[in-house]
Amino acid sequence: MIELRKVSKRFVDHVVLDQVDLLVEDGQTVALLGPSGVGKSVLLKHIIGLIKPDKGEVLVDGLHVAALKRKELAELRGKIGYVFQNGALFDSMDVTENIRLGITDQACSADDAYCTNRVTECLRLVNLLPEVGLKYPAELSGGMRKRVGIARAIAGKPKYLLYDEPTSGLDPMNADVIDALIERLQEELGVTSVVVSHDVRGSFRVADKVALLWQAKIRAVGTPEEILASRDPAVQQFLERDLEMAVIQSESEGGGA
Amino acid sequence: MAQGAEATLDIRRLVGRWSLRAASHAGRFTFLMADMVRGLAEWRIYLPRTFEQAMSIGYGSLFIVLLVAGFTGAVTSLQAGYQFTGSVPLYIYGTVIAESVILELGPVLTGLILAGRVGARYAAELGTMRVTEQIDALESLGRSPVSHLILPRVLAGMMVIPALTMFANVTGFVTGWLAAKSSIGITNADFIFGARYYFRPFDLWYSMIKATFFAGAVTMIPCYIGYNTQQGAEGVGRATTLAVVAASVTILLLDTVLAKLLLHN
Repeated sequence: MIELRKVSKRFVDHVVLDQVDLLVEDGQTVALLGPSGVGKSVLLKHIIGLIKPDKGEVLVDGLHVAALKRKELAELRGKIGYVFQNGALFDSMDVTENIRLGITDQACSADDAYCTNRVTECLRLVNLLPEVGLKYPAELSGGMRKRVGIARAIAGKPKYLLYDEPTSGLDPMNADVIDALIERLQEELGVTSVVVSHDVRGSFRVADKVALLWQAKIRAVGTPEEILASRDPAVQQFLERDLEMAVIQSESEGGGA
Repeated sequence: MAQGAEATLDIRRLVGRWSLRAASHAGRFTFLMADMVRGLAEWRIYLPRTFEQAMSIGYGSLFIVLLVAGFTGAVTSLQAGYQFTGSVPLYIYGTVIAESVILELGPVLTGLILAGRVGARYAAELGTMRVTEQIDALESLGRSPVSHLILPRVLAGMMVIPALTMFANVTGFVTGWLAAKSSIGITNADFIFGARYYFRPFDLWYSMIKATFFAGAVTMIPCYIGYNTQQGAEGVGRATTLAVVAASVTILLLDTVLAKLLLHN
């Protein structure tokens, strides 16, 4: 379970998170929506301990993340897979080495046969051929980089998966592929996930619960249906704008075909 | 009157802001050093990467280091010939060249060249990794960026830079000798006599000690600056420039402090 209790964070004079509460139950997928620059990624980084809150508590697996010692934090991070917005793949390593680095269990990471099999399995899970393992990140397309990023995040068989804008910068078709992948991983691996996005359509497809981060606060939380039915003007404004874009996109796709 | 008071207040604010910034850097640098000491136990991680880095910066820098040392030795010899001809015994040229190359020119010029070559590379590499979230990715995988990225670079520099300095010393000495022979016609016997006459074994130790301190400046400062890079490509550019300038200035400061501490006590 992931729980944020009254988490506040400010950078110099800019308040990014103000008394934010969020609960993600085991096995659940929560989509965190909000406009660009609102602090969604900052919130996600609090969960994995890359950023510490000024006030409030972040609990993962019942552990107070900010209070953990170095070794305890490393152990906890071994249970969390983090998919970065631009993949954050290591340029100097090929795809195989990148994914292998995601195998966080020390005994497993020392076993070459296990690592080779696991890398192949992770590539299969994200619909990539084993040959991609020999390529370097610079040789991959944006969509492939995202998928390799996901493969690296799941290589250590995490209990939690955090996705930071998994579909941003992708064309609608590739975005659909990634959304389908998130759904499939959720079904096959049964992990607890938080998906940060500003893509309403994709988030509603993958999420059990949706939260809207608006002006440093969680403005609304609920099932996709509850969020769609919300009368809150901020929620409606955000949803309308994004869904309009989706309609325009689907119309242009239809026109093009 | 009011304007004067405001100006004083502004200066105080400026000094206060700079002091805070300096204290913040000092604190973060100290924490990084402490992390490095703690990371020394994880030798399985950093040792293979240290050898990779050492090979890369060692081979890569050898040519430029020897080139500069060679020309410096030759020019020192030619200028000494121009200044001292007829006024001092010829063997003194051996002394001047050996001592100036070993005590000063070899370590300092090697340090400054490597501040540009290795320091810029370290700051740019780590800065790029920071702004593209590769360092965050490493942390998110429960791995220590210090053991994976910083320790190998620092240790490689600490191994390779003193060795490069010794190569530079030998090259500078030999080219100085050859230039002296061709310009003032000094015999091999006179040159060797002069070089040995004032030579103390401590001179070589002094050169090595300086090179080791300079290696620390050339590696740790750029690693620290690169590791703390912010604000995208512009930030990487700024970090790289700052790393070279800071490492070079630190080398010059260390040069003075070490001369005072080791030669005048």
